[in-house]
Amino acid sequence: MSPALTKNPSLTREANLVSRRTALSRYMRASWAIAWRQLRVMVSNPAFLIPSILMPVFFFSAFAGGLSAISEAPNFDYPDYSTFQYVFVLIQSAMFGGVFAGFAVAADFETGFSRRMMLATRSRSALIVGYALAALVRATIVWVIVTALALATGASISPSAGEVVGILLLITLVNVAALLFAAGMAMRMRTMQAAPLIQLPAFLIIFTAPVYVPRDLLEGWVGSVADFNPVTAVLEAGRELIIGAPAEMLLAFGAAAGLMALTAVWAVTGLRRAERAAS
Amino acid sequence: MSAGAATVPAALPRERTGTLTQIGHLARRSVVRTVRQPAVIVSSMVFPLFLLAINASGLAATTDLPGFPTDSYLTFFLAVTFMQGALFSTMGAGQAIAQDIQLGFFNRLQLTPLRGPALIGGQLAGTLLLGVVQATGFLAIGLAFGADLEAGAAGALALIALACLVSIAFGSVGLTIGLRTGNAEAVQGAFPLLFVFLFFSSLALPRDLIAQDWFQTVATINPVSYVIEAYRSLLVEGWNGEALALGALVAVTVLVAGVTAATMALRTRMERT
Repeated sequence: MSPALTKNPSLTREANLVSRRTALSRYMRASWAIAWRQLRVMVSNPAFLIPSILMPVFFFSAFAGGLSAISEAPNFDYPDYSTFQYVFVLIQSAMFGGVFAGFAVAADFETGFSRRMMLATRSRSALIVGYALAALVRATIVWVIVTALALATGASISPSAGEVVGILLLITLVNVAALLFAAGMAMRMRTMQAAPLIQLPAFLIIFTAPVYVPRDLLEGWVGSVADFNPVTAVLEAGRELIIGAPAEMLLAFGAAAGLMALTAVWAVTGLRRAERAAS
Repeated sequence: MSAGAATVPAALPRERTGTLTQIGHLARRSVVRTVRQPAVIVSSMVFPLFLLAINASGLAATTDLPGFPTDSYLTFFLAVTFMQGALFSTMGAGQAIAQDIQLGFFNRLQLTPLRGPALIGGQLAGTLLLGVVQATGFLAIGLAFGADLEAGAAGALALIALACLVSIAFGSVGLTIGLRTGNAEAVQGAFPLLFVFLFFSSLALPRDLIAQDWFQTVATINPVSYVIEAYRSLLVEGWNGEALALGALVAVTVLVAGVTAATMALRTRMERT
């Protein structure tokens, strides 16, 4: 918690409450200012939005279209390959939505904008919250487009309202965790040279999960890594939820929340480093 | 004879060198630049090998499909790494010329009696070197991890020769993009577009096993499918003249089109400069 939001023993209870409300209001204003700026940049410069939309659409078309014959392999026990890939693409777009937002953090540090923002607000974690809000809005746009494409191409999506909420919560956790990781790296390096170091771990963690086939059909080293990969639990839970057959939910939500907690620590320590470098 | 007159003849006449000599000078520069950037060579090899490692394991179940041509998905997918390497060559060539334009080297070249074909040929020399290193590396690593090479030792040479041809063919496309845009970031921006050609091809499955009709049609129209199938024929089948001829034909067509487009872009760029 920012010092501005904590209780001050020298003030009366009422004054403390007012002070904390004011601090919270300032915190939210700073977050919203960052988020609003990011969204304006996205709208005014489609080059920032289009790749994050095209990439999932491209992966969905290429995988669901080109690899659907794999569902005829012995022991492939998922009802529909388009749906199987749709869940992967949802999670991938959640993750890369966060990664792309991390590039913006790195660019803002490189140009000096973040340094000026750090001078303008006492609660610097509000900056991260702002980037996270913008990343979530961008990811939501992508999810709507990918879902429309999946429905249009005949994916069998049949979850209940509760299961939809479950999927949304899972992908939101993944999006925020990816943003926190990317922001942590960006604030440590404070240059766009950080881009490969942000992108590569995201690629590694998602592509060592059961992307193309269920885990039982994975062979070799990817099969071994997938057993310990937290994204495996998230992906499998998403695939269960989307066809209305939830099973291993606790593990998936625990894995997603655990990833978010770890990356939050990573982002906050990155922010402290950036503060020290700026002072 | 005055002192001034004595020095002028030595300084003024511009030395007319042959196109081959000019190509040699620029090729040397291009090769040296490639060698001095080991990160470019390594990154253009790491990403294809990473995709190979993931897919050889993740898509191994595909070999159980009836009619799949081999029981080793590693062998089947190894062909794709060569094509991916060529796409990295495209970007490398495009970025090199774009940087030359951005940094002013191109303007300085304009002051010399340099011929257009020399610039294009010279720039492609670095791409060719990258192609040789990539192809040899991909093949050695693939074989070390248990991939098959049905065409034998002569097949290895044919594979490397084809990879070189494909690298300079796609490198000429990169040169065109670089000359047209004159901006390294814009060249980078074209990268996803090139990957569309790779992913909408017979990359992961033989064309006759692709279940979706629309995808099968796209893969059949896509010239990249034929290049991948040419590489794949040497690895999986042995010597398949038709597959090799089709792959080579696609590469030569891309090369001719790419060099023509690059020459036109160069002419426009020189007029503009």
